[in-house]
Amino acid sequence: MTTDVLPAKRMSSIKINDIRIDVVQRGTGSPLLFLHPGIGLDPAAPVLDKLASHARLIAPTHPGFGASEQPPAFDSVDDLAYFYLDLLDELDLKGVTLVGVSLGGWIAAEIAVKSTARISRLVLANAVGIKVGGRETRDIADIFAMPDKEFNERAYANPALGEHDYKAMADADVRAAARNREATARYAWSPYMHNPKLKGRLHRIKVPTLFLWGDSDRILSEPYGRAYAGLIPGARFETVAKAGHFPHIEQAEEFARRVHAFMEGRSS
Amino acid sequence: MRIYHFSEHPYPDAWNDPHGYLRVDLPNRACDPRRAADLFHRYHDEYLLADDLGLDLMLNEHHQTATCMNSTSIVSLSIMARQTRKARLLILGYPIGHRPDPLRCAEELSTIDVISRGRLDMGFIKGVPYEFAPSNANPVGVMDRFWESHDFIIKAMTTHDGPFNWESEHFHYRQVNIWPRPWQQPHPPVWSTTASKGNARVLGERGYVMAILGSGYATKALFDAYREGYASTHNGAMPGPDRFAYLALFATAHDEAEARRRGELVAGYLRTGANVYAPFKNPPGYLSVDDNMKLMRGMTPGRSFTKDGRVVDMRTGSLQDLIDSVLMVCGTPDQCYQQITDFIAYTGGMSNLLVMAQAGFLDHKDTCDSLTLLAKEILPRLREFKQPGTASVAAA
Repeated sequence: MTTDVLPAKRMSSIKINDIRIDVVQRGTGSPLLFLHPGIGLDPAAPVLDKLASHARLIAPTHPGFGASEQPPAFDSVDDLAYFYLDLLDELDLKGVTLVGVSLGGWIAAEIAVKSTARISRLVLANAVGIKVGGRETRDIADIFAMPDKEFNERAYANPALGEHDYKAMADADVRAAARNREATARYAWSPYMHNPKLKGRLHRIKVPTLFLWGDSDRILSEPYGRAYAGLIPGARFETVAKAGHFPHIEQAEEFARRVHAFMEGRSS
Repeated sequence: MRIYHFSEHPYPDAWNDPHGYLRVDLPNRACDPRRAADLFHRYHDEYLLADDLGLDLMLNEHHQTATCMNSTSIVSLSIMARQTRKARLLILGYPIGHRPDPLRCAEELSTIDVISRGRLDMGFIKGVPYEFAPSNANPVGVMDRFWESHDFIIKAMTTHDGPFNWESEHFHYRQVNIWPRPWQQPHPPVWSTTASKGNARVLGERGYVMAILGSGYATKALFDAYREGYASTHNGAMPGPDRFAYLALFATAHDEAEARRRGELVAGYLRTGANVYAPFKNPPGYLSVDDNMKLMRGMTPGRSFTKDGRVVDMRTGSLQDLIDSVLMVCGTPDQCYQQITDFIAYTGGMSNLLVMAQAGFLDHKDTCDSLTLLAKEILPRLREFKQPGTASVAAA
């Protein structure tokens, strides 16, 4: 592992298995690994400082997303899950709270069914990753078959939060957005946003698990989330008001508060 | 000089609904199978006429669309393999990056080559953006699958000593031994299309026939990239004009006004063919990150250019714009000959002209008349036309 700090964005760059990724590392205390959704990770997002206020936050940008390297052989969420298991080993993290939103939640679930040796708690927020409905039921809205406007209306309680003025954005940020869209498809195009095998493996997760669910999400439904939670022994399911598919963005403070309470074993 | 007649086998009746989209999600309730049968028979009759007239034939495929009923062009190609006598049979293209089973592709193409007694040209393509929604193939990495599928098909066609093994990134077989093997040796000619100089160079390195669609007077840069690639693998030699093809819409008649009337009907294809729900037009990973960044910032590069560098929008351009940018060849036979030879002179040599001589609402009678004039009054003169030499290109 090597580390170079990029102070301007408060990001650093690390290499795991010779694959270079960006990572935000802030705060002290119990380790918290935060896995971002398909729209990527903004190092200036308020939720990161809030999470880091009571934990040692490690928030990587997944391989292929943002400015992180795309390894040619990576094409599945399984690849990402093994990559992060290696990252946990490399950083020698123990007692980790693993938090994932949407696609990041799917990655977190795939990690947890493989090994929780370094994980003490799991938080899945509006996570994709399984199929619960019949073969002609679309559990997860087809985000690649809708214009940005519809995506924002489905994904946010306040759709304006999803709007971007790409003409005014820095090159690096527009590039990151373009790479995020491509990488999401690379890992989740088919089977769409899920692994048919995952549902039958979720019983292996024995660590305390919390589902946080933005209650205005119209990419996923709440029954989908509750069915997901029902497959993990003892998992707790909580909704987050005034938030859609990305509760860590729309309700950053509440999101961090619930995660910290869960880490401390308190009921939120 | 070869001229390939091409029709997308459209179902023009569906154009009458102005509210919906013509591709991907147009409900097939709008397709009357009896009307579809009549249209298939009609288009096939036009192909048979083209064969009789000494023209060659090009077929393609698109999916879930009223613009092209040939969703499996192998079917129409198979009929042509048996029913025609002389024409080359070009499939352009066969979207092998979408196909889950390249063994089946190799078997289909070899069988068609045998039935036609060696008249198949195999055009392998990436496919237009809106094919990924119907096929569900991942647009990310499509060119990797394309080239592995290509390598496999060529290996299957050229292996004659019993089964071989193929276990690679995308495709897995353990006992590959196709019957029949292709008629043409070592395999039918390979064609492909591209709009990028990088890919043009790769096609040149391999010496495949490169077909360019609708780039008009921006085509030469692609041809030159091909020439560079070709020279790099052929001891500096320049490719002949038979390595290049260009596709244009086409309409002719003895009377100029009538030719233009037909041209307007054919141009209906360009004016409606991109009527697709926006998200299907740019699936993730289809374009490079750099090109997507430009799109996100509202910059769309021009694709079709006139001789004096003017950009023409194929959906909104006038008939004259389409002619000026060689999106269409249209006029009397003399005018068409002039447009074609001007363009060939500009490219530095090109001896495969692909003409969409039927499109949109152009009816059977007009299509047959246009094809007959093309074969009798234009093709013979083009065969006499001296292709530009390659020496000046080599020196350039």
